[in-house]
Amino acid sequence: MVDGVTFVRNEEQTMLADTLADLLGASTDMDRTRQLSLTLDAHDQDVWSALSQMGLVGLALPGEFGGAETTFTDVAIVFEELGRFVAAVPLLSTVSASVAILAAGTESQRAALLPPIAAGTAIATLAVYEDPHGGVDAPSTSAARIDGGWRISGRKRFVTDAPNADLFVVSAVTDDGVRLFAVDAEREGVVVEPVAALDATRPLADVTFDVIVGEDAALSGANGVAPLHRALDVAVVMLAAEQVGVAQRCLEISVDYAKERYQFGRAIGSFQAIKHRCADMLIAVEHARSVAWYAAATLDDPSEAAIAVPLAKSVCSDAAIKVAGDTIQVLGGIGFTWEHDAHLYFKRAKSSSLLFGTVEVHRDRLADAIGV
Amino acid sequence: MTIDPTADQRVADAVDQLLEQYPPSATEPKTFWGAQFDAGLAWVDFPEGNGGLGVSPKFREYVSRRLEEAGAPTWNRSANILGIGMGAGVLAAHGTDDQRSRWLRPMFTMDEIWCQLFSEPGAGSDVAGLATRAVRDGDEWVINGQKVWTTLAHLSKWGLLVARSDPDQPKHRGLTYFVVDMESPGVDVRPLYQITGEAEFNEVFFDDARIPDDQRIDDVGAGWRVAMTTLMNERVAIGGNTVPRSSGSIGRALDVWKEQGSGDQATRRELVRLWAEVEAMRLTTLRATENMKSGTPGPEGSTGKLAWADLNKEVTAFTVSMLGMDGATIPEGYALEATSYETREIERVMSPQRHFLRARANSIEGGTSEIMRNILGERILGLPGEPRVDKDLPWKEVPRG
Repeated sequence: MVDGVTFVRNEEQTMLADTLADLLGASTDMDRTRQLSLTLDAHDQDVWSALSQMGLVGLALPGEFGGAETTFTDVAIVFEELGRFVAAVPLLSTVSASVAILAAGTESQRAALLPPIAAGTAIATLAVYEDPHGGVDAPSTSAARIDGGWRISGRKRFVTDAPNADLFVVSAVTDDGVRLFAVDAEREGVVVEPVAALDATRPLADVTFDVIVGEDAALSGANGVAPLHRALDVAVVMLAAEQVGVAQRCLEISVDYAKERYQFGRAIGSFQAIKHRCADMLIAVEHARSVAWYAAATLDDPSEAAIAVPLAKSVCSDAAIKVAGDTIQVLGGIGFTWEHDAHLYFKRAKSSSLLFGTVEVHRDRLADAIGV
Repeated sequence: MTIDPTADQRVADAVDQLLEQYPPSATEPKTFWGAQFDAGLAWVDFPEGNGGLGVSPKFREYVSRRLEEAGAPTWNRSANILGIGMGAGVLAAHGTDDQRSRWLRPMFTMDEIWCQLFSEPGAGSDVAGLATRAVRDGDEWVINGQKVWTTLAHLSKWGLLVARSDPDQPKHRGLTYFVVDMESPGVDVRPLYQITGEAEFNEVFFDDARIPDDQRIDDVGAGWRVAMTTLMNERVAIGGNTVPRSSGSIGRALDVWKEQGSGDQATRRELVRLWAEVEAMRLTTLRATENMKSGTPGPEGSTGKLAWADLNKEVTAFTVSMLGMDGATIPEGYALEATSYETREIERVMSPQRHFLRARANSIEGGTSEIMRNILGERILGLPGEPRVDKDLPWKEVPRG
């Protein structure tokens, strides 16, 4: 135990991980994922339905909105398992958007918006980034008061799962501060332009808003930055947990291959060049696991989250990129082919290190938090 | 093992009683340690009469915490680490009652310092290939050969020695384990000066040194098994410490950044990257400790030594770079001197440059990082071992050089 954080999974958490592993093992199909990664709007309906039926989409939401009120540590377990399968599902988008709605919305907005999200019938996502290096505190997207509502104008970029989204949580500057708005994807004036994503199992799009919404679309008062930061912190930590799953699965692929592949009359895993690489991968995985767990467990403690969130981004990003990259090297030529799974993990690893604030952005944030 | 329902209370009572009868502030350390041993609180899982109470080892942490909170002296564990940290475990697992009675108490009170005589000039990573000979002569053994990298030998009364008793056996089978009196005739200890100028280590020469057979540990030919117990304890002692956040090398790096750093963005980010890696390692050690206690140890329990060695080298090198051209100086200078008793018992004040030099040993001492990677690869990940040309050959036929 450290500061009230325990690193040992309880019985229910172990059961959750095991159940999920079985479920994902049965419902994912890496060939299908490979096929999906040739599209601009990947969405694995089979896995999404399975997650929805198990009540995992709204896991951390209050019971009154269809959630199960679990801890973020439990949600992180779901993401770790999803990472193992590079599952093409919009859970990261949905969880982070729902946290924003929960943090910013009024009781009636929550009651209207959250239940369909928790049920998996409405896919929501954050539309908050505009610049590849930028933050979220000063959007150029604006919202002007008009009679009976707001007119939102601007262009958002790097919007995850946008091609499949039913609802956008959009940040916009207003005359008295930044507000978050809930904007229906079907509304006239919302234009989604999918882009080819490095990791096509997590679709990205530019979304242009020139749209008129009602009063009730404004989720927050003029203090929208705080709930947005909260939602992004959750996104970063869940992404870190997913990176642990990515790295763990890559290590397994590498070790299995190193035991089976023979060259020079020996299993290549008996050569120290391969064995030592695998040992270093193991260390990276175990370190990543520790920080992801710690960050999930401290998400509700603001002073600790200021350190633990960027810490998780820094360590888990580097770990996933290293282990996925090393996996391609251990596999040799087969690891470079489209037909092998390795590239799916490698692309997910790199992409995740850049989305929701790059590693560098988070290192600067961590530096501030520890007084460097 | 049967669960003793009264154990918690017995240990707590023993600690209370010890602190009451020997208030740490008013008791000489040696007296306190003697009383601690007699109370069964030296190694609480050892048998009664041997410094323990015969309870589960999980109570060790409780005892340490209580004693530290009470301000009791605990630096004997680091100052006599080869004895208290390693030798004691060997005696507990492989020694006789007579041996435990004779050696454990003066070891714990620091009346007798211990060292470990394994490595040789021709046997480093391949320690099982060692050549120091032990030849039986009646009730004694005659020892000839040379050991190296022997920490604290110049201060030690006793040494944990592995020697070759049968050169006709394959290398792992012809070894026998002894406790040797370092003050006996034929034992010559010479300091081995290292890149910092000081001598923490020694060379030890055996020239017809004699060891009574009752100082043999376990059976003739069982030396490798006993040595393995010692090495496992050593790696835990080196890698498994839980420390506060931002302490040690990374804490010194933060200090240098604040006091002497250039303040540029690239340096700041690299410092933070290293801080994050060190914090990840620290959290992993905490996780390992917790899993160990709950009886579900995983791979995270084996990565500490290797991770720490590489990271510590990186952090100390980066710290010197942050000094700019000052990093090209070394404030202490170089003077060839043996590490004294006092400097081992307290945290030594060393310059970042000296820490940087000392850190080069981290990936060599207590199992090189290459050997540690083999262990992780083979024992944790289940990868096959390298083909071994020497495994079944009689030791005397194995090529050496």
